[in-house]
Amino acid sequence: MDFLIHKKSITIALAGNPNSGKTTIFNNITGTRQKVGNWPGVTVEKKEGSVSKYGYDLKIVDLPGTYSLTPFSIEEIVARDFVLEESPDVVIDIIDASNLERSLYLATQLRELDCNVLFALNMADLATSRGTKIDANKLSELLDVPVVFTIGNKNTGIDSLLKAAIKLAGSKSKISQKRKVKYRNDIENSISKLQNFIEKRIEQKLPYNIRWTAIKLLENDKIVRERIHQKTGNKSLEIFGEVETHRKHLLDRFDDDPEIVMTDERYGFIAGIIKEVVTKSTKRRIDTSRNVDLVLTNRFVGFPIFILFIWIMFQTTFVAGSYPMEWIDSGVNWLSAMLELFLPDSLFKDLLLNGIIAGVGSVIIFLPNILILFLFIAIFEDTGYMARAAFLMDKIMHLIGLHGKSFIPMLMGFGCNVPAVMATRTLESNKDRILTILITPFMSCSAKLPIYILLAGTFFSAKAGTVIFLIYITGIIFSIITGRLFRSTLFKGADAPFVMELPPYRVPMIKSLVIHMWDRSKMFLKKMGGIILVGSVIVWMLTAFPRNINYSMDYNEEINKINASFTEKQKKAAITKLKLAKKAEKAEKSFMGRIGKTIAPVFAPIGIDWRGSVALLTGFVAKEIVVSTFGILYATEETDEPDALKNALLSSEMTSLSALSLMIFVLLYLPCVATIATIRRETGSLKWTLFSVVYSTSIAWAAAFFVYQGGKILGLT
Amino acid sequence: MLLSEMKEGQTGIIVHVGGTGALRRRVLEMGLTKETEVYVEKYAPLKDPLELIIKGYHISLRVEEAANITVDRTIRKP
Repeated sequence: MDFLIHKKSITIALAGNPNSGKTTIFNNITGTRQKVGNWPGVTVEKKEGSVSKYGYDLKIVDLPGTYSLTPFSIEEIVARDFVLEESPDVVIDIIDASNLERSLYLATQLRELDCNVLFALNMADLATSRGTKIDANKLSELLDVPVVFTIGNKNTGIDSLLKAAIKLAGSKSKISQKRKVKYRNDIENSISKLQNFIEKRIEQKLPYNIRWTAIKLLENDKIVRERIHQKTGNKSLEIFGEVETHRKHLLDRFDDDPEIVMTDERYGFIAGIIKEVVTKSTKRRIDTSRNVDLVLTNRFVGFPIFILFIWIMFQTTFVAGSYPMEWIDSGVNWLSAMLELFLPDSLFKDLLLNGIIAGVGSVIIFLPNILILFLFIAIFEDTGYMARAAFLMDKIMHLIGLHGKSFIPMLMGFGCNVPAVMATRTLESNKDRILTILITPFMSCSAKLPIYILLAGTFFSAKAGTVIFLIYITGIIFSIITGRLFRSTLFKGADAPFVMELPPYRVPMIKSLVIHMWDRSKMFLKKMGGIILVGSVIVWMLTAFPRNINYSMDYNEEINKINASFTEKQKKAAITKLKLAKKAEKAEKSFMGRIGKTIAPVFAPIGIDWRGSVALLTGFVAKEIVVSTFGILYATEETDEPDALKNALLSSEMTSLSALSLMIFVLLYLPCVATIATIRRETGSLKWTLFSVVYSTSIAWAAAFFVYQGGKILGLT
Repeated sequence: MLLSEMKEGQTGIIVHVGGTGALRRRVLEMGLTKETEVYVEKYAPLKDPLELIIKGYHISLRVEEAANITVDRTIRKP
C-alpha cells in the first residue's frame, strides 16, 4: 500500500451537525468497542473507540454534534478545543447530503481551522430520491478536500472513508490556503494586516493558524482573546488595540458587527458552491416526513397523540417494568435468605444482609425501569420525535423559563428521579440542564406514593384521593415557582435561543438503540458500586450501632418468663409483642434514633415528632423506607394486622394537620441518595448538588411550617 | 413585514435580521441570512413556536425570535 508511513496510530475526529448520521457512522466503525465518558470538566458526552484496520490503530473520537464552531455552547467549545489542542491527524466532517447548504457552514469553519479535513457525504441516496444530485468531484475540487460518499444506516462507504482518512493522515502536502472562504476586500485587508501585526508582536509561534486567529479576533471571539492574552501577556493589549481599530473600521464600513458580516459572507460563499455542485430536478417528490408531521404536530391531534405516546411510555415503564422488578426483588430476597441460612451470625453478616444487600438491592430493582424508559427516549430521539415534543410543549415550558425539551425529564420525575435527571442530557444548554435538574425532584416520584397512601389513608380516609392529588399539584406549583424564581435570579440573562432543527423522521436503528440503552444502564450500575453502596453502609452503621444497648427491660428474660407460663396462643402473641417492642427500642437507641431525637426540635415547629424525624432520615436512602421505619418505630408489623400501623398512628400524637405537614415535607425535601448521586454526576458540580439538597429541604421545611402553623391558627387539627 | 406576522403557507425573502448577541448570531448561523427564502410551514398548536423551511430544511423559532427578522413578500428569489 502506498500510503504506509512510519506512524502506526492515527487519531480521527468525527465532526458534523446534529442529525447528520454521525453517531451511526461512529457506531458502524467502532461497534461495541466504545468508551463513553465525559469531556474533562463538562458534562458533554465523550465517545471514543478504537479499531485496528489496514495496519493502523485508529482511535476514533466522536465530537459533539454542532452546527458551528462559534463558541456559544459547551458542545461547540469542546469540539473546537479538541481540534485545536489535541490536533487529531484527520477530522472527518460528516455532511448530511440532503442538507448540504447548512452543513457546509460547519465545513467552512473546519476548513478555516487548518486541520486535515475530509468530507463524508452521508445519505446521498436519500438526497437523490428527493431530487437533489451532488457533484462530489466538483465539491472536492472547489474546496480542495477529499470527499467520500457514505450511507451510514446501510453501512456502505465506511471502508473507503477510513482508507481516505489514513491516506490523508499520511500526506504531507500543505493544505492549500486558496480554497478557503474569501471575504470581501475590506475584511480581507483587515485580516492580513492583523496577521502581520500579530506575527511581528510575538516571539514564540502561536499554536494556531495565524489567519484563523486574526479572523477570530475580528469576530471578537472571547476564548481566542483569552488564549492570546495567556500566550503574549502584556503584548496582548497592543494586539487587542489593533483589533479594535479594525473592528471599528469594519463596523463603519458595513454598518454591522464584523462577525455578522462574516457569517453572511460564509453563506454567500456556500451559495456559490451550491450553485456549482447541486442540480435539482424540478419534479416534486412526496415528502414523507412532512406528511407525518401534518399529523404529529397537527393543531388538533398533535397534543392528544403526544399525550398518548407519553402514556404508553409510562405504562410500559412502570407496568411492564414491574415484572422484571419482581424477579430482581425475589432474586435479592433469595440471595439474602441463602446468606441468612449459611452464614454464621456476625457483625459482617449483619452488614452484608441489612446494609449492602438491602441498600443496593432496593435501588437495583429500578434497572428494568431505567432500561425501558431509555429505550423510549432513544426511540424518540432517533426517530426525530423528540424535537416535535419540544415544538409542541415549548410554549408551556417557556412560561417557567425552560426549553420545550425540559418537559420529558420533568414528566419522568413522577416515575423516578434517577432516569429523569439522566434524561436532562437531551438539553443542549447547560443553564436549562441545571435548572431542570433543580426542579425535577419536586415532581413527586412513585416511591413517595406509599407514604401518602399511608398518611392520607389514615388521617383523611374518604378524602385521601383528593389530598394525594393536591399533594402532586403542590409539587408542580413549587417547580413552576422555583423555575421562574431561578430564571430571574441565578440563571438571569437571555434564554438560550430556541432555534431548533426539526430533522426529517427516520426509522431508528436497533444497534444504536441498544448501544444507547446499554450506555445508560452501565452508568446506573456503576453508581450502584459506588456512592449508593457507601450510602447504604453508612445508614446501616447508624441503625446497627451501638451494639450494646441498655434496654429499659430485659426482653430475653421476659420472653423466657412467658415461655414458662401462658398457653401456646397467648404465648405467641405476647412474644411477638415483646420482640417488636425490642426492635422499636433498638431503633430508638441506635445512632440513627439518637440523631433523630437530637434533630427533633427542628421538626417540632412543623408538627413532626422524633419518630417522624427518624423516618425522614431513613428516607434519604430510599423513600419507600419511610413507611417501614414507621412500622418499626410504632412496633407494628404489617403482616400481622393490615391496620396495625394505621391504628398506631391514629392513637399517637399525630393529627391530620401534622400528617398533612409531614406529607408536604416528604414531597419537597431532599431526594434519595441515588438521585443525589445522579445529580452530582449530571451537573458535574458538588456545588449544585449541595445547593439542590439544601434548597429543597429548606423549601420543604418552610412549606410544612406554613401549613402546620397556619392550620393551627385557623384552628384545624 | 416581520417574520412573526407571516401566516402559514406564506413565502418571503429575509431582508434584515435584527436582535442582539448570541441569539442573532445563532439565527444567522442556522442559515437565516439575508436574501434567504423562508416558507412558513406551520405554527405550533399553541401558536408558538413556528416551523419554517429554509435552505431545504425545517427549523423552528419562537415567535419572539421571529419578530427580529424582517421579510419582504413582494420580491421573488431570482
